[in-house]
Amino acid sequence: MESMLHITTLHYLVLGAALFLLGVIGVLTRRNVVIVLMSIELILNAVNLNLVAFSHYWQGMPARLGGGATAVHGQVFAIFVITDAAAEAAVGLGILIAFFRNKETVNVDEINLLKW
Amino acid sequence: MAPVATPFFFYLFAAIMLIGGIAVITRRNPVHSALALIVALLAQASLYLMLYAPFVAGVQIILYAGGIMVLFLFVIMLVSIERSMKERQFNSQWVMGIVAATALGGLFIAVYTKGKDIFPDRALPLSALEAPNTQSIATLLYGQYMFAFEIASLLLLVAIIGAVVMAKKRI
Repeated sequence: MESMLHITTLHYLVLGAALFLLGVIGVLTRRNVVIVLMSIELILNAVNLNLVAFSHYWQGMPARLGGGATAVHGQVFAIFVITDAAAEAAVGLGILIAFFRNKETVNVDEINLLKW
Repeated sequence: MAPVATPFFFYLFAAIMLIGGIAVITRRNPVHSALALIVALLAQASLYLMLYAPFVAGVQIILYAGGIMVLFLFVIMLVSIERSMKERQFNSQWVMGIVAATALGGLFIAVYTKGKDIFPDRALPLSALEAPNTQSIATLLYGQYMFAFEIASLLLLVAIIGAVVMAKKRI
């Protein structure tokens, strides 16, 4: 009980793992491409939560090890991941629109034009 | 200023985030999924604030909840969802998907229970309050990570061109 009430980095990591797992389930089982793309956003957000939690942990390290209050490397990485997510969403939704124009469906089962 | 009632707010926002995530992958209507995803993203921004990362929290709200989700809602508007809402919602290999996800969950549980001592489990330090967060991020972003920053801008340019090429009827 005492460990439950004392929020540590591990709590954030477990939360990130749970969110990652939800995203993986969504990607692997859902049939609608839009929801698959949203599940990928969930996965990227789980990674971001881990990065920011580790960044906060690292800020408490002594400065001689590269830590310190200004060592926010994890937050910079989180911003790069958000940039990546924006690019991924734009290209993915562009592909989705092109696909919908050709086949009039948003089901991943029917995206098999390149499958022999 | 020391934070107040940290465990309560952590569990509150964690619960909101997980419920939002579950709603994203279970709703039949993609619009409902998108709205649930916005709720999850806002709860996550609150968690960033609890981790003393106000700049990332602001970027999360403006870029994710404000930008990317609007893009999603626009695309949901463009593609017709009535037909797919009436069909079954799980793809043909969903059994294998569940098996793989269960294996991954077992791996996570094994890692986090057995390796608890490897992971940092002491209380989060408060030293982050000392430095201005946005300034620290900017110093790193335009100093040490300048090259990665330029590559990211190039990636965005490629994504813009790619999205236009994909979505356009005839080039």
